[in-house]
Amino acid sequence: MTPILSVQGLRKDYGNGQGCFDIDFELFAGEVLCIVGESGSGKSTLLATLAGKLAADDGSVVFRDKNERAHELTRLAEAERRRLARSEWGYVTQHARDGLRMNVSAGANVSERLMALGERHYGRLRAAAADWLEKVEIGADRLDDKPCAFSGGMQQRLQIARNLVTRPRLVFMDEPTGGLDVSVQARFLDLTRRLVHDNRIAVIMVTHDLGVARLLAQRTLVMQGGRVVEAGLTDQILDDPQHPYTQLLVSSILQA
Amino acid sequence: MTEPFSPPSANLDDRWRYNFGFLDENTKRMLRRALLKAVAVPGYQVPFGSREMPLPYGWGTGGIQLTAAVIGHEDVLKVIDQGADDTTNAVNIRRFFARVAGVATTTVTRDATLIQTRHRIPETPLAEGQIMVFQVPEPEPLRTLEASEVETRKLHAHQEYGLMHVKLYEDIARYGHIATSYDYPVMVNRRYLASPSPIPKFDNPKLHRSPALMLFGAGREKRLYAIPPYTEVESLAFEDHPFEAQHWSQACALCGSSDSYLDEIIADDAGVRQFVCSDTDHCRQQREAAQ
Repeated sequence: MTPILSVQGLRKDYGNGQGCFDIDFELFAGEVLCIVGESGSGKSTLLATLAGKLAADDGSVVFRDKNERAHELTRLAEAERRRLARSEWGYVTQHARDGLRMNVSAGANVSERLMALGERHYGRLRAAAADWLEKVEIGADRLDDKPCAFSGGMQQRLQIARNLVTRPRLVFMDEPTGGLDVSVQARFLDLTRRLVHDNRIAVIMVTHDLGVARLLAQRTLVMQGGRVVEAGLTDQILDDPQHPYTQLLVSSILQA
Repeated sequence: MTEPFSPPSANLDDRWRYNFGFLDENTKRMLRRALLKAVAVPGYQVPFGSREMPLPYGWGTGGIQLTAAVIGHEDVLKVIDQGADDTTNAVNIRRFFARVAGVATTTVTRDATLIQTRHRIPETPLAEGQIMVFQVPEPEPLRTLEASEVETRKLHAHQEYGLMHVKLYEDIARYGHIATSYDYPVMVNRRYLASPSPIPKFDNPKLHRSPALMLFGAGREKRLYAIPPYTEVESLAFEDHPFEAQHWSQACALCGSSDSYLDEIIADDAGVRQFVCSDTDHCRQQREAAQ
């Protein structure tokens, strides 16, 4: 089995010791990978670099698309990268305001990616949007409401619908549960797990919460000071943490 | 060519004058270079160094600069504002060029070689050799959805125009039909998305394969673009909600024309309303022909 994403020696250096360094990992189709670490550990930088929002300083990132064609992301032309971003990837942000268009309706938000891929039939767009709203447990009667009328949890679920509507191969998530309270978080994670499993979507999720990793991820990377200090199966990391920092993280969540 | 600068003197016949067409020759050259590029790449917004003009931004400074750049001694100028030749803006711009360029002016579309316009394309079909100059307030059709100029330029460069359909989608979701009635976005030469300036969508079909050269100038935004003669211009739409121009159930109250763009006018203090042609030249011709 070939990985859909292989990262080797990836480095993004801000020049003051900050950034991410010597990152190596592989991601397979349908797999959920969590990147955990404290604030400033370089996890969001890593995600943004992988998604092409930041330019890498060194290393290689190879992505395989639906047709098994390999793309070296660090050397990809911008046009090609944007094409991949709208057809093969999704990006769910921590703040819904960054990931949604707040001044157009939920239906338009969901169908925007379909329109970007060339769908020009209003009836079909609307049907797809209604279908996906149902899938993320938002009533189809909210189709014409603007996201600003939605609760925080609904906005995050709308982001999921907006990204998954084109059935991407890989979705980047940057602390999607950051601003949600515990019960809303649980519902969001449950839904995300079901949708990515059903559609065989690979996810790279950044979080500072090992609990989120435990619920969703098959594998976890633990980052500190811009480097991966421990990587492996999530259960293994939780049950038998090796690195002192991971031990600290695990002990803090188990006590809670 | 540049007319020599004459210093003021006691002799009244030797008074200081503006350069032909108000703008200096270097500015006109800059504008003409930008215009050549615009004609070469139909629909592409070319940046230019917009000048201070003797009227405020938003009153047609972009259009005036383009007119000044292309006008010649032989030109016959017509200026339209909201379809009319006798509104303040139209009268003033026409008089301005009569004074600073000494060219002939007209209100008859057929006689004009250069037509500066705001809001309308004349009902009289345009002919080869005529130039339309549009005053454009906002050259970027994607601006209401994407505030960043860096991003909209990338969207144009990569031809990512799905966003424009988001606006049309919103129209249908809210009103049941595409409610955008003016400044209706067009695809020029199957490549660049462009704003046709705030003309009613009634006029959009006149842009398609028009024999006249269409020039668009936005003074405040410092952008100009062009639609060369016989260029394909398509109004955006959905497959199941095709483009449709406005229709009226009545004819013009003055000339009886049933195929022109009509304005609703309040006729008296009692609130009596009538619909009349927005194109005053067309209306006059229809009435003269009827007599």
